Amino acid sequence: MLSSVAERVYWLGRYLERVENAARLINVYSTMLLDLPSGSHIGWSLLIDITGANEDYQRVHQSVDEKQVVKFLLAEGRNPASVINCVSMMRENARTTREIIPSEAWELINNLYLTLKEDFSRTISRRLRQQALETAIGDCQRIFGVLTGCMNHDTAFAFIQLGRKIERADMTSRIVDVGSISMLPAYSRTTKQKRFLEPHENIVWMNVLRCVSGYQAYRQRTQSQVKGEDVVKFLLQDQAFPRALGYCLDDIVQHLGKLPKNVDVLRAVARAKKVTLAVNVGDLLERGLLEFIDELQISIADIHEEINNTWFRPVELRKKA
Amino acid sequence: MSIDWKAYSSPGFFDELISDSGKPRPCSRSPTAYLASLSDEELQRRQEAIKHAIKTMGISFTVYSEAGNIDREWPFDLIPRIIPLSEWQTTSQGLEQRLRALNCFIHDIYNEGKVLRNDPFLKSLIVDSGNYRPQCVGMKPKFQVWANICGTDLVRDKDGRFYVLEDNLRVPSGVSYMLENRTVTKRVFPELFEHSEILPNSDYPSQLYDMLSSLSPRGRAKPEVVVLTPGIYNSAYFEHSFLAQQMGAELVQGSDLIVEDDRVYMKTIDGLAPVDVIYRRIDDLFLDPKAFNPDSMLGVAGLMGAWLKGNVALANAPGAGVADDKVIYTYVPKLIRYYLGEEPILPNVESYLCIDPAQLDHVLKNLDKLVVKPANESGGYGMLMGPKASKKEREEFAARIKANPRNYMAQPLVYLSTAPILTPGGVEPRHIDLRPFILQGRNTYVTAGGLTRVALVKGSYVVNSSQGGGSKDTWIVDERGTGTGSGGGI
Repeated sequence: MLSSVAERVYWLGRYLERVENAARLINVYSTMLLDLPSGSHIGWSLLIDITGANEDYQRVHQSVDEKQVVKFLLAEGRNPASVINCVSMMRENARTTREIIPSEAWELINNLYLTLKEDFSRTISRRLRQQALETAIGDCQRIFGVLTGCMNHDTAFAFIQLGRKIERADMTSRIVDVGSISMLPAYSRTTKQKRFLEPHENIVWMNVLRCVSGYQAYRQRTQSQVKGEDVVKFLLQDQAFPRALGYCLDDIVQHLGKLPKNVDVLRAVARAKKVTLAVNVGDLLERGLLEFIDELQISIADIHEEINNTWFRPVELRKKA
Repeated sequence: MSIDWKAYSSPGFFDELISDSGKPRPCSRSPTAYLASLSDEELQRRQEAIKHAIKTMGISFTVYSEAGNIDREWPFDLIPRIIPLSEWQTTSQGLEQRLRALNCFIHDIYNEGKVLRNDPFLKSLIVDSGNYRPQCVGMKPKFQVWANICGTDLVRDKDGRFYVLEDNLRVPSGVSYMLENRTVTKRVFPELFEHSEILPNSDYPSQLYDMLSSLSPRGRAKPEVVVLTPGIYNSAYFEHSFLAQQMGAELVQGSDLIVEDDRVYMKTIDGLAPVDVIYRRIDDLFLDPKAFNPDSMLGVAGLMGAWLKGNVALANAPGAGVADDKVIYTYVPKLIRYYLGEEPILPNVESYLCIDPAQLDHVLKNLDKLVVKPANESGGYGMLMGPKASKKEREEFAARIKANPRNYMAQPLVYLSTAPILTPGGVEPRHIDLRPFILQGRNTYVTAGGLTRVALVKGSYVVNSSQGGGSKDTWIVDERGTGTGSGGGI
């Protein structure tokens, strides 16, 4: 398999996952805000934080309100992380690997792009927004279904899966980060914050789970109240929930098994696994998550870097035997 | 908008579907009757379905403009163009004959040069040709075939005969659209296929793959065949990826390949893997910065060396374009007699060479009746349509011809045949041409039909997609197996 093609299908997998995650995040978030009192420190700006597009936002807008934020996250051409840009990148990677991916998948991707482009060109009411986002989530799942059902499960598929799982691991780490913001240690809260937030803590954690479609799974796995500590533990360390970091990393190891020269990448995954699984979540919440999340995200970025060096831009190319 | 064939006529031209008497030609009876049976709404629905299918399938082409490159959807008319099988059999024999002769000619030019010995004029033409590659002298590609893939443009004149307008021997494009047109028609009009025996054209990619494999310099059971594209911004990128996908071949750009010790490798996740056959969709001069244009970012350094050593096959071979020249074109009937000892099956359009003083004189005197073409442009650029040009335009063009007569040839205006297209006002005639594709490796092969291009603008003769052309599905119909009139199958 060509290195350049491997890189494109890997990014196809990443964008496919990114679109689905971003759509779900915006949808859940908008719904959650309806449940929270105005004046809580969870507002629209936090949504921009999660997607890491703060600087880009400030370049385009001065103030923060629902309409602007949502448009920025969905349809803004100047926001590299906007849903439409991600779909467009996904389409570009699919277009340039049409000789590899099934035609049906290409048609779905192309159609999703055309539909969203048209939907987003109009002003977006809350109701229409929700519909468009649900379409996007559903289409991403269909696309992956076609890839899984119609493609050879060989190296190309392994690269799509790698891209997908790394993107997913990264997203889950961001979601944990966000949830923890609502977990400002109780003693450091102002009276005002306490009054607003405490009754709603439960709601925030439920929605954190919903952002990764994990609410039901959580209930089944833990059979407990929705508590911050348990949720974080579930999202980081669960071995059965497909969006939990621990599971994602195990999955990555499986897909790496199909690829040649995988030693360095496997080593990077082992380091990330150690970071994720070795931590005591109770202690972590006492200390605050900031440092931990940084370490975690760096370890995920390292996996990506090793993949890049090993297969896409190998320092040294040796002749195939 | 429902179709009324009685109201349709194309006076002064040969119409492909409807004869002068206003009746459908035998092969067109069943499809024209079916189309006429559809209501306005139904036709509308089908047309929308076609638009949707083309959009979803992502069948597009790129138009270069100053404002940037635009990806346009492929313009497609739903009424097929129909050619009887008996006529096509002769035509395809003529196409094969032509390509065989052209390949003998190219091989001769770069080797013995027999044909040039007694013809100093032809020799000067060749040596001056922008497509002659001295680097190729002495090269003997497998089967002595240089142009493995040829797209020959055919036009039908008032007399109803096919004439060859030009042979595209460099990197002819359009075959993917021929295939996609059929796919779209099948999706939207499956009923049309019930009552006609239409030859399938879908075997082209496997024929192409077999031909390319036959060129492999090594005896590997499964040679590594790749399609070399200039990249995602090329106007024909859609076609490159389509063909790679259909053949199960790798689609590569220059940066994916590397030459070491005169062998070509591609960069894979396992390291370097040897390449046997390259179907290149890059012009000669960009193939190898070491051999040709040193600024080329598209090519692969050392590729020519690897090819000349016989370590990799290039299709089409570099230098094959020497016969793809509107002046050389006028020689083809002679070349067929010279190399094959056969009479040409397909006629050329009558042509005048401006480099010959007597013929130049005739051209300059008759500019208002002639079409003048530069020898070396493609895509319909840089030509003069004498009968449609203003006096000023003709005078300006005359000056250009006099300045460089070698570069021009002229032909009488061919009254391109028409076929009906569906417009908001009903069916109307539009001019069309036909580009079949011919393969030559170990064996030869001609597509069943080809790509029919349509000048969508009323009265226009320009069929190029870059200049407002569209296309039609092209059917080769076995008249013996076609239900006639009664609408019944067998």
